[in-house]
Amino acid sequence: MLVDLQGPWNPLFGRLGLLLEVHYNNPVLFFAFELSVVVGVILLFWATCARKWGYIWREWLTTVDHKKIGVMYIVVGLVMMFRGFFDALMIRSQQAIAVGPDSPGVLGAAHGYLPPYHFDQVFTAHGMIMILVAATPILVGMMNIIVPLQIGARDMAYPYLNALGLWLTVVSAALVMIALFIGDFSHAGWVGLAPLTELPYSPGVGVDYWIWSIQIGSVGTTMGAINLIATIIKMRAPGMTWGRIPVFTWTSMASNIIALTSFPVLGVTLALLTFDRYLGTHFFTVGLGGDLMMYTNLFWIWGHPEVYFVVLPAFGMLSEIIPTFSEKPLFGYVTMVIASMAIAAVSWSVWLHHFFTMGAGPNVNAYFSIATMLVGIPTGVKVFNWAFTMYRSRMRFDTPMLWAIGSVFLLISGGMTGMMLAVPAINYIVHNSVFVIAHFHNMFLLIVYAAFGAVTYWFPKVFGFTLDERWGKRFFWFFTAGTLMVFIPMYTLGFMGMTRRLDYVSHTAWWPLLNAEMVGIGLYAISIACFVMQLAVSIRDREKNAVGADAWGTSRTLEWATHSPVPYYNFAVTPIIHDRDEWAWRRKHGLTSLKPDRYVDIHMPKNTAVPLVLGVLSLAFGFAMVWRIWWLAAISAIAMLLVIIYRSFDKDTDYIIPASDVERMEKEMLARAERVEGNAPAPGGAAGGAYASPQAPSKRHQGD
Amino acid sequence: MSSHSAESVDPGKVSLWDYEHHGHDPISTRTLGFWLYMLSDAMIFAALFAAYGVYVRNAAGGPTEADIIHPIYAMWESVVVFTSVFAYGLGMAALKKGNRAGVINGLLAAFALGLVFLGMEYKEFADLIADGAVPQRSGFLSAYWTIVLTHGLHMIFGLLWMLVMLFQVMREGFTQNVVYRLINLRLFWHFQAIIWVCVFTFVYLKGVL
Repeated sequence: MLVDLQGPWNPLFGRLGLLLEVHYNNPVLFFAFELSVVVGVILLFWATCARKWGYIWREWLTTVDHKKIGVMYIVVGLVMMFRGFFDALMIRSQQAIAVGPDSPGVLGAAHGYLPPYHFDQVFTAHGMIMILVAATPILVGMMNIIVPLQIGARDMAYPYLNALGLWLTVVSAALVMIALFIGDFSHAGWVGLAPLTELPYSPGVGVDYWIWSIQIGSVGTTMGAINLIATIIKMRAPGMTWGRIPVFTWTSMASNIIALTSFPVLGVTLALLTFDRYLGTHFFTVGLGGDLMMYTNLFWIWGHPEVYFVVLPAFGMLSEIIPTFSEKPLFGYVTMVIASMAIAAVSWSVWLHHFFTMGAGPNVNAYFSIATMLVGIPTGVKVFNWAFTMYRSRMRFDTPMLWAIGSVFLLISGGMTGMMLAVPAINYIVHNSVFVIAHFHNMFLLIVYAAFGAVTYWFPKVFGFTLDERWGKRFFWFFTAGTLMVFIPMYTLGFMGMTRRLDYVSHTAWWPLLNAEMVGIGLYAISIACFVMQLAVSIRDREKNAVGADAWGTSRTLEWATHSPVPYYNFAVTPIIHDRDEWAWRRKHGLTSLKPDRYVDIHMPKNTAVPLVLGVLSLAFGFAMVWRIWWLAAISAIAMLLVIIYRSFDKDTDYIIPASDVERMEKEMLARAERVEGNAPAPGGAAGGAYASPQAPSKRHQGD
Repeated sequence: MSSHSAESVDPGKVSLWDYEHHGHDPISTRTLGFWLYMLSDAMIFAALFAAYGVYVRNAAGGPTEADIIHPIYAMWESVVVFTSVFAYGLGMAALKKGNRAGVINGLLAAFALGLVFLGMEYKEFADLIADGAVPQRSGFLSAYWTIVLTHGLHMIFGLLWMLVMLFQVMREGFTQNVVYRLINLRLFWHFQAIIWVCVFTFVYLKGVL
């Protein structure tokens, strides 16, 4: 039944015997290994010395609190983004070194320092990580934190499922990291080019790591999508009609509808590839009825909606940040909502533009060309809405606003090049060139900009203090300089004919531009240092930077109508919604006191270790499947089933916080807010007669 | 929808906080989530059917659909699946009356018929193996096996779930958790019958046209 494998296999250890053939004397791997081990040991040592294990277990590992789960999602995303950045650094430095026939080679490479097989793993890992375990978790984490707060919910619809989604995403990241040290990673590009991913062409375990990492993570993403959609439909506070839902929540809805319907297709695609590799079926093989293009079609039927899955929440973030720092309501709320849904709908009919050159007829290409250009209409609507929001407003250039404006610029430039690529004739010329790479990095960077803006914007809501502005601005400007220096040369190189995925650049005329990109990646490295400094300085000054409920003074939506940091029960009493921008409405009418007349009991879900256990079991399952250790795979799969059944018998899953406890905690938080806003330059008005000022003055105008 | 009302508001007359317990009806919330899950499951089958449409011609010189597909046999399988769904429906009718024995009998009958279906499917595939029509033979056979067995795997999960529910109904009676699980399982079981209709139509009936 199973296919015959090259190389060693035994019943106990599976294919782990292959490890004897991996070269561990590679200094690049060794550096990565040392870095991970040293950082890991320092963290473990710190947790042990500070006696934090109980705290970490109770407050984080077993939590079902959507805000903490969201924070963990974002931390995983940021850590993996750092890993992905290292891959980018290696790609850029390899290409800058390996130019022309006379370029030197070190570490066993004919040119540069990465042998082709290693280089191919690096760019595969870079793409897969940045999209699936960096961008996606950061955005899902943000949705997790903000969506329930924006609709006035106590929690997500399914808190337990939420935690499970997180741990499956963590397993996905963990498998990629394990692949770095135990065996190989896929070398077939993040899209998994068939039939290169078939067993005869990739006999190692790299493709298997890639398959199982994505497969397990995407199950987690699908669960998260179910959870967020159900939360938005079912858990809204009284008065939160569909016409009043904040735009970020609307875009989350659109985005998760995409995720819910597209990730299963990815699951099918990878499962079929798995059957080919493990059972010897003929889905994507060469010959015996296999169809290579079927893989590409199926993959992009997921892959293109996935692009909009990540871009829509970014649009939502911009739609929250820009009005706040323009001190004006968002222009064109209804069109914004319609545009989001339109983008989600069109996302399903454009997949073929990823392979205009496959030989489909002119009619097919024309159809997908037009469908692709259609995306520009709702996106253009959005850009104009943001522009009109800023037009004749009182704009303030706090760090989140800088990121937001940068994001809009990137959207415009990336959108323009996208329109170019949507023309099949142009596409034939630049297909698989670095022009395409520059275009989609342009688009992904707009998401990164929006995400960094959103992290800065909502950070005080989650942690109760703002991030340092000076280091934040340095981070922004160095990052922007890096973006310009890497991607303008890359667009240019694309026009000059440089193709993607080159480990050796034969054309010496490209060298100056490759060096310019190298400078850009250096600027990115500096910006990361600024980000770390920003975090460190902000944590040091957390008392000084503490804020009350409305951290920016001009915030508009419901999440600002509770304390910062948000208590685990979100709202002491469920708010009643009167307006589209509820918090701005309350501020305008002087109703910003967070003290209700009385408190009531709160019903909450209990912490549980079951999601973490399921995560650990699925990690064991994924690892066992990669190495074909069948006994371990069987045991962990059966154990997962048993744990799920066991959990279904657990009746002790909820508890009640008595009103008296709520009152005690609320008193403390109100006292903190009073203290904070008493000495800080609180833009939202003085506390005490908490947030008494009916019109929130902008910081700039405060002195007048 | 009042978007940005300009009129002034009397703070004394506005109610800002809702002190009622809005226990969002847990059964309807859970059922909605399961409907969403079924939507994603439907996408799995949609992708498989789309792929099957391409692979059905890729027999690579091996057995074609006309050689291996027996719609009459599959019709009897359909009868068994629908009877199982019907039995489950009778159990759910008993649930409305709070009749525990009725629910258990309905579940048992549905379970037994589900087992019969799987047995029939087992025989079908054992015959295929005997004829050498294994999934490794051609792209068409890979797709055929995958689509039918993906449905079969769902049936197996449904049966496992029924076992758990039989146990929970006997042990705990009709608690909130048991009821929403019975409702979700009904949805799941009906959905498998609907998918079987698609399999029967697009694989078995189309195979002999």
